[in-house]
Amino acid sequence: MTSSTESIHELSNREYKYGFVTDIENESIPPGLNEDIIRKISAIKKEPEFLLEFRLKAYRHWLTLQEPRWPKVDYPKVDFNEIVYYSAPKPKKKLESLDEVDPELRATFDKLGISIDEQKRISGVAVDAVFDSVSVATTFKKELAEQGIIFSSFSEAVQDHPELIKKYLGTVVPYTDNFYAALNSAVFSDGSFCFIPKGVRCPMELSTYFRINAAGTGQFERTLIVAEESSYVSYLEGCTAPQRDENQLHAAVVELVALDDAQIKYSTVQNWYPGDKDGKGGIYNFVTKRGLCKGHNSKISWTQVETGSAVTWKYPSCILQGDNSIGEFYSVAVTNNYQQADTGTKMVHVGKNTKSTIISKGISAGRGQNSYRGLVKVLKGATNARNFSQCDSMLIGDRCGAHTFPYIEAMNKTAKVEHEATTSKIGEDQLFYLRQRGIDMEDAISMIVNGFCKEVFRELPMEFAIEAQKLLSVSLEGSVG
Amino acid sequence: MLEIKNLQAKVEDIQILNGINLTVNPGEVHAIMGPNGSGKSTLAQVLAGREEYEVTGGEVLYKGNDLLELEAEERACEGLFLAFQYPVEIPGVSNSYFLKAAVNAKRKYNGEDEIDAMEFLKLVKTKMKEVEMDEKFLHRAVNEGFSGGEKKRNEVFQMSVLEPQLALLDETDSGLDIDALKVVAEGVNRLRSPERSFVVVTHYQRLLDYIVPDFVHVLHKGKIVKSGDKELALELEAKGYSWIEESVGAA
Repeated sequence: MTSSTESIHELSNREYKYGFVTDIENESIPPGLNEDIIRKISAIKKEPEFLLEFRLKAYRHWLTLQEPRWPKVDYPKVDFNEIVYYSAPKPKKKLESLDEVDPELRATFDKLGISIDEQKRISGVAVDAVFDSVSVATTFKKELAEQGIIFSSFSEAVQDHPELIKKYLGTVVPYTDNFYAALNSAVFSDGSFCFIPKGVRCPMELSTYFRINAAGTGQFERTLIVAEESSYVSYLEGCTAPQRDENQLHAAVVELVALDDAQIKYSTVQNWYPGDKDGKGGIYNFVTKRGLCKGHNSKISWTQVETGSAVTWKYPSCILQGDNSIGEFYSVAVTNNYQQADTGTKMVHVGKNTKSTIISKGISAGRGQNSYRGLVKVLKGATNARNFSQCDSMLIGDRCGAHTFPYIEAMNKTAKVEHEATTSKIGEDQLFYLRQRGIDMEDAISMIVNGFCKEVFRELPMEFAIEAQKLLSVSLEGSVG
Repeated sequence: MLEIKNLQAKVEDIQILNGINLTVNPGEVHAIMGPNGSGKSTLAQVLAGREEYEVTGGEVLYKGNDLLELEAEERACEGLFLAFQYPVEIPGVSNSYFLKAAVNAKRKYNGEDEIDAMEFLKLVKTKMKEVEMDEKFLHRAVNEGFSGGEKKRNEVFQMSVLEPQLALLDETDSGLDIDALKVVAEGVNRLRSPERSFVVVTHYQRLLDYIVPDFVHVLHKGKIVKSGDKELALELEAKGYSWIEESVGAA
């Protein structure tokens, strides 16, 4: 082993800067999972009957399922009866306006760089802030409502627009879909709801910021975005959690529906606590995300930058049902120390002339394990379907791993499916070249990795792209000398 | 400027440098010649701080201080520049971004503020003209898809922006046609000054027609076996490297 590879291993881990805990009074229900707990959650949220029914059906189905073991990740069995399924900061009184948000919570989000103060937002981004199980604030609701756009917490949407929830909930990810989707459907507490009416181009980025705070709590949020005919929306999500020694579960479900000529751009910067450098603690991020290109010429584009979590299991997918619809997946996944990620996408071509693009960049450092798992499926009726996939892996050091599992199922002869994959070690030559120009080791690694991810970063909204680059450098700082 | 005393180095257990002695004063241009495998490139890489090479003996003083104690990036910030024989491609990183990072790293090391964006642009545009490089190369990824000649030109361009005190040129002439060779040589000659020194590693005498050295050294089996002025290079060209082998063998 050369000495610069040694120094890659040597550098001590940089601290996770979002690892603080907010000291705030909680209202939570006892740990454990049974029908009473589910009824309790539903009652706290004063839900309509159909939603309780949905939850109970999901729970009963979940009981019949086994935790999936096919991903290439390794972690101890989760005891679902030890988890607290609902925890919310105790409201002091009913909020009349954003000014009345608990100062502790406001300070927490300020500290995370997410201002829920509308005046402080310089650019056009509306934020829904979710703290443990509930949404604590949503900005710019009024301005958006003027154009008929609904952007609110999921709970509010259930109260204010039950007909829309009833119409779309579970239509893209049914509760029978998989183990974690069933669990989420039974116990989900909050999340965001966006509805963009026909012909409206959403004038600002909509964003949800998820924060897990309470110990022993799982976060099960549900996001639903509906874009009606010829509408457009760009949605961002970010997330962080305190530094804790025990693992915490985050099992979300995200459903997107795009009708004729509609476009949804969904970007994620995932920065859950990854655990410490010895692999202790961290979030289990088991998420089901799927978009339905229901109408013709519709387009759904997923961009994700995954740097956090101890274990990630996530496949943002597109069902290309409408003719000429387009699905895109751009991903950067970083695993450092003992992090594990099994992530990728599914592109299911149903309609004619449907197109999909997959660009995946996996970076492994430390003892991180990074797998790309993707399925491109072309159904019988999907004449002239096209797919292009490119999966590149980069290894930093020699104790990490990169794996690629591409699956292709084509049932229509006119399908054209291309797959390219590369694996490279971060080059000693490249590092030396940059260092010889005066750039230190960490900056050199960060520059090479950022270059490697460029195709994905350019898909992110401007502000997020800069954030993502910084985050990437911080995530890798522990890995290099 | 540079004082190399009995320098020995190995890579993967193969001893390559067997006691190099060389003194380079400010303003001097030294050419190191020698057959393939004689250790020319190794010498350049060891001086630049490549970690795959293990120094097994001797010492190197640079501006009076122990050079071998410094990390590669510290050597660079101290004004040592290596023009690579095989410039490396960095996909996705633009030439201008990379070069700006290099300029700023050096400035930071010297306790100076970062360079102003406009000032930087002005600087690089002037320097690019000098080496006859198209401005479009600023926005292309570092060396990616560059031809051999473009890569070498890019090295000389970087050198002229970074203005080193000691420049090591590792076979900068290899793979260049005569026009490119002239441009590269002019770029180097423009930088020659009483404060700046060059060590030019080359296999062929041809480059030395354009970059005229003050001293020529012949490397053989990791040792300097013959030193002289530019006439030595011509003699070498005429008689071939076998002449050295014979004369060394005879001695």
